[in-house]
Amino acid sequence: MVATSDTYTATVRRAALPKVRARHVVMVAYLLFMLVPIYWLAKMSLQTNQEILGGFTLWPQNPTLDNYRVILTDASWYMGYVNSITYVAMNTVLSLAVALPAAYAFSRYRFLGDKHLFFWLLTNRMAPPAVFALPFFQLYSSVGLFDTHIAVALAHTLFNVPLAVWILEGFMRGVPKEIDETAYIDGYSFPRFFIKIFMPLIASGIGVAAFFCFMFSWVELLLSRTLTAVNAQPIASIMTRTVSASGLDWGVLCAAGVLTIVPGALVIYFVRNYIAKGFALGRV
Amino acid sequence: MDKVQNNKAWFLVLPVLVLVAFSAVIPLMTVVNYSVQDTFGNNVFFWEGLGWFEQVLTDSRAHSALGRQLAFSGIILAIQIPLGIAIAVCMPKKGFWASVCLVLMALPLLIPWNVVGTIWQIMGRGDIGLVGYSLSAIGIDWNYARDPLHAWITVVVMDVWHWTSLVALLAYAGLQSIPQAYYQAAKIDQASRWSVFRYIELPKMQGVLLIAILLRFMDSFMIYTEPFVVTGGGPGSATSFLSIDLVKMALGQFDLGPAAAFSLMYFLVILLVSWVFYTIMTNLDKAEGR
Amino acid sequence: MVQITLDNLAHSYLPNPQSEDDFALKQLDHVWKDGEAYALLGASGCGKSTLLNIISGLLVPSRGRILFGDRDVTHQDTVARNIAQVFQFPVVYDTMSVGDNLAFPLRNRGMAPAAIAAQVQKIAAMIGMEDQLGRKARGLTADAKQKISLGRGMVREDVNAILFDEPLTVIDPHMKWELRTQLKALHNEFGHTMIYVTHDQTEALTFADKVVVMHDGRVVQLGTPEDLFDTPEHTFVGYFIGSPGMNLIDADVAGDTAHCGGHAIDLGGHYRAPQGRVQIGIRPEFVTLTTGDHGLPVTIKRIEDVGRHQILRAEFAGKPVNAILPEGFAMPAGANRLHFAPDRINVYADDWRVAPLQAVATPERKAV
Repeated sequence: MVATSDTYTATVRRAALPKVRARHVVMVAYLLFMLVPIYWLAKMSLQTNQEILGGFTLWPQNPTLDNYRVILTDASWYMGYVNSITYVAMNTVLSLAVALPAAYAFSRYRFLGDKHLFFWLLTNRMAPPAVFALPFFQLYSSVGLFDTHIAVALAHTLFNVPLAVWILEGFMRGVPKEIDETAYIDGYSFPRFFIKIFMPLIASGIGVAAFFCFMFSWVELLLSRTLTAVNAQPIASIMTRTVSASGLDWGVLCAAGVLTIVPGALVIYFVRNYIAKGFALGRV
Repeated sequence: MDKVQNNKAWFLVLPVLVLVAFSAVIPLMTVVNYSVQDTFGNNVFFWEGLGWFEQVLTDSRAHSALGRQLAFSGIILAIQIPLGIAIAVCMPKKGFWASVCLVLMALPLLIPWNVVGTIWQIMGRGDIGLVGYSLSAIGIDWNYARDPLHAWITVVVMDVWHWTSLVALLAYAGLQSIPQAYYQAAKIDQASRWSVFRYIELPKMQGVLLIAILLRFMDSFMIYTEPFVVTGGGPGSATSFLSIDLVKMALGQFDLGPAAAFSLMYFLVILLVSWVFYTIMTNLDKAEGR
Repeated sequence: MVQITLDNLAHSYLPNPQSEDDFALKQLDHVWKDGEAYALLGASGCGKSTLLNIISGLLVPSRGRILFGDRDVTHQDTVARNIAQVFQFPVVYDTMSVGDNLAFPLRNRGMAPAAIAAQVQKIAAMIGMEDQLGRKARGLTADAKQKISLGRGMVREDVNAILFDEPLTVIDPHMKWELRTQLKALHNEFGHTMIYVTHDQTEALTFADKVVVMHDGRVVQLGTPEDLFDTPEHTFVGYFIGSPGMNLIDADVAGDTAHCGGHAIDLGGHYRAPQGRVQIGIRPEFVTLTTGDHGLPVTIKRIEDVGRHQILRAEFAGKPVNAILPEGFAMPAGANRLHFAPDRINVYADDWRVAPLQAVATPERKAV
């Protein structure tokens, strides 16, 4: 009996080990696939143009921070980051401010045309920015907002507001209605209830919605470039100026690229524990 | 949840309506306006009726752009959805390494799209890029600026790199929501690993996978910046997807009428497909009793 | 079918348990006899489910061995142990039909299709779902889903044991009774060893031949329902079983008398003065209300009429004492003393029962 049980466990082990390894191999391979291109960008940002073009190397031979120095000491460069962060922050605040009450309405009440309205909002998330680029340009020019941060922030609400409403509605649906009713019975007015009781309950949902607003506003280029010229120009569009008569300035381009990854990486690090649920948009 | 009928809820929705009306309806009306008029400059417009629509519908250039777009969206969905699911299944379920995987995987999602383009533009170059150099070193004459096939492969690999994590994270969120008892019951029932996937994990992921397909379809259908940075739509027009073509038409050539008509139909196609997904999704929600 | 032996078993969910508190399951030696129906009773979080998962092989214990017959299965998985288990909340395969759900464990073991069909029919009849076999499991009520889970647990006839982890939590009350009867019938027919986890004493007492009471990671008593009622081995058993539970009163015990706050109470046996915190325990069923100067003087709080009888809620020295009075019992004027039937009193030291050295000559104990 003892002998049979031993052989049994042995066969189980043999069968189990390769399976575990396959999982790990897949995961490591995928993470390498994710990281190698980013590494390559970082590597080039630490090289001079001569070194980049001089010969193929896997890592920088004479690492230098000169490329970063160029960006961080030139206002026309680093103001790009300031501009980007400004309109992203404005957009996030604006999107959440209008999406919160709307999401509450959708999650709690039935009203005339609610379903159509909800889908119509979502359709704006589906609108290709390319379709809107030109009309936006004309609209914002005519009201004198062209080349301002607020123009880009407003334009990005096109896709961020529907998304925020969608995410928040999912999270709010998970909060039992009895909580609202109890608060009203306790004499809370709607605004006070909403801010004091309801918002803390869906704090993680608000965090997730903010993350998504940040993400889509930060990565978008087509609209932000179309709507700005000098004063509110995002970093992404400033990057195109590395092309000069003498060719591309690869090192500075890569350094600028690396610097655009940093804010995103920071944000991810802070929300890492919510990412899994957040990506399901509160619908799991 | 049974909701209360209350038309005053409109007041809560009002801010969104005003904002979206400003940022969506007005521009959309402009587009509609252009789509039925013609201009010879100086802001003088003529009624053109459905002429532009007819022109676009019969335009072979628009046809081929649409064909390329459908092919591209189809290919990336066919790669990213299964790959994303596979990654989600392989991910650690909890602990330190799960956090590490989440953070590293989410990284590409937060990189500005033109930087994504730049990264792959560099990676694919034969002189300074890792991929391009390696391929040249083993005797493949890799040049995405000249060879349409190479351009397509570069763009597809780039999109897989950029977006597969979104699918994986969604699927992972779906997997995380499966109660432990399901896996235990499967063990008791002597279910194979494949059965566990087929009968427990896949059905439970259905909702999030639909979201994933919907998001990936919409976003891939609107793709502009990344391929534009890498290939500029070339070689020739091999990688000119709908948005690239549209921007060329509207901002490059200022063919406002056809561009507007094109825009509207483009929008309608996305809307139609998305509506189908959305309907399936809400019906599924109802079937689950949520 | 085999006898299941737990040998020196203990389990902690922590990788490096330090103190005893780190163990969800403390030192345990126990034999589950072949073919008996056991109920595993205890409050939530007492380690019932942990024990169950260790028996079924879903968990590997941190210490000790599990034997099936004389075969050590500690490191074998569920499949090798050939055990069926039903969980607290319904687990069904949503995309399969009801019939496929029931057939799934059999198909996975490569049973012949004809035999599977017959077996599925039989189980479907038992859970009352014959007419829904072709329906998809998705969208069924929690009730129906749990019935499917139960059916999947019972569909294999050759299992070594069937484990139930609070399986009737989500089931309607009237259906609960019916399903429990079905389980009982199944047990009588096939004689599987069954272990039924519950926190509901009625469920435990009506289902099982033997009840195992767990408290704080430990088995505090194993016995028939009568044992648990008459001689609870631990104050937890006294308090957990019965409604209301056993009265426990701090006392000094010497010889055959207990002194509670200066009042002498006769005991049914002789005791050598026990050490530690000493309490006497008496079930409300054996407490009577009297007048005069005998018995314990109490403050009467209220009387609850629960239909079959009345419950007297009283207080002695600030602690509640309950008595069960017969239906229609008219309270004598000035009644404020409680009398305890001496042979029904148990003595506890630090929560564990102390056996009397010898019983004082008493009339038939089991008469009630």
